[in-house]
Amino acid sequence: MGLQLYLDLLSQPCRAVYLFAKKNGIPFELRTVEVLKGQHVSKGFLPANSPQKVPVLKDGDFVLHQSVAILIYLSCKYQTADHWYPPDLQARARIHEYLGWHADFIRGTFGVCLWTKVLAPLLGVQVPEEKVQRNRVAVDRALQLLEDQFLGDKAFLTSQRVTLADLMALEELMQVVALGYDVFEGRPRLAAWRGRVEAVLGADLCQETHGPILNILEQAANKQVPPPPPEAHPSMLLRISSIP
Amino acid sequence: MGLELYLDLLSQPCRAVYIFAKKNGIPFELRTVEVLKGQHNSDDFAQVNPLRKVPALKDGDFTLAESVAILLYLSRKYEAPDHWYPQDLEACARVDEYLAWQHTALRSSCSLVMWHKMMLPVFLGERVPPETLASTLAELDRCVQLLEVKFLKDDFLAGPCISVADLVAITELMHPVSAGYHVFKTRPKLAAWRQRVEVAVGEDLFQEAHEVVMKAKDLPPVDTDMKDKLKPVVQILL
Repeated sequence: MGLQLYLDLLSQPCRAVYLFAKKNGIPFELRTVEVLKGQHVSKGFLPANSPQKVPVLKDGDFVLHQSVAILIYLSCKYQTADHWYPPDLQARARIHEYLGWHADFIRGTFGVCLWTKVLAPLLGVQVPEEKVQRNRVAVDRALQLLEDQFLGDKAFLTSQRVTLADLMALEELMQVVALGYDVFEGRPRLAAWRGRVEAVLGADLCQETHGPILNILEQAANKQVPPPPPEAHPSMLLRISSIP
Repeated sequence: MGLELYLDLLSQPCRAVYIFAKKNGIPFELRTVEVLKGQHNSDDFAQVNPLRKVPALKDGDFTLAESVAILLYLSRKYEAPDHWYPQDLEACARVDEYLAWQHTALRSSCSLVMWHKMMLPVFLGERVPPETLASTLAELDRCVQLLEVKFLKDDFLAGPCISVADLVAITELMHPVSAGYHVFKTRPKLAAWRQRVEVAVGEDLFQEAHEVVMKAKDLPPVDTDMKDKLKPVVQILL
């Protein structure tokens, strides 16, 4: 049994892993786990004794969670081109520096929109407008910092070549775009950066990867998104209540 | 000018960096930055870290922020023993997995407990509704439960030997302890792990790193100026 990647392309970190694996021609079996259908909490979809989250990597008996850990593991095991995760001490440190900041300011914050616009309504929950506004402010502030403190005049976030950091960032920003707020409009530097990342990945791969999330609002409007099963409710309600 | 580490030992990630550097005999100049006194907002410090956060590192012209980045940089540059951040693919992945998980799970939970149980009421004189504190403690319990079940399968979090993952975890868990919430008391497995970490680090160094935060409850209430500056933070926390 070769490498298996358990992914839901509606999830930002899953897309980062998918893009990386595909772009680098890493052979893997895609095991789709549809979180909206509650498959992450049902038996048989994820490896046994796993926390109910995606992405997950299974390589023989070795099971690994957390997108950053998975990306690093794949880059080392499959010896992908240096620029993704450079061996140079300082260059590598910059990637971890970005990912640390990303965990505080991007991750979580940029995921809120899917909850407020699609998932909470499916559960019959209305997220207070005050929280929606606060999230928007947080997104804008993060985008400013992303542009000023990380991207600056460089081609990519941590150097002049694309790295794992750019994949993680792009997918978070695409989440917000997909849910109706075009973060690249009025931000030419970020738009240019996006263009460069997508040029590296290739239009076809980007289209394939972004397809599901870019369709989500339309699907929701057409009532094509089924309500999540009861087993998934507790964890989803908890997530909704933790929106600041 | 050699390596400089800008730290506030009140902060969990700063303590992890401090312990790591000291334990591995890494020569550095300690630059204390007292966040509660607003020292992280100084123009001088912004030269080191424009994001105005601790910990931060300055190594010649190279500046670096974020504790995980700093720990991994120090580990490689000063060739710390392999177990801290192993070369082996799977062993390294286990450490990476913990470091990634904790940042959005245990970390925020431990910070919130410190704020709700101690900093807000004692330091800022703000009333924290009992339901808020209860919910924060419940979230911490959930995280710790997950830590025990998912990560504490061996003697240490990522395997049979201590790694940077354990330093990051122990310094986080000492946060609620210093706020008066004894996470280890009802958890023998976790308490045994804590013992092993303290022994591996060395009792003296462990105590030294935690001296400041253990005295945090004795800090005087903050002045009105600082209170005003912290108001937006307080609003989000309550």
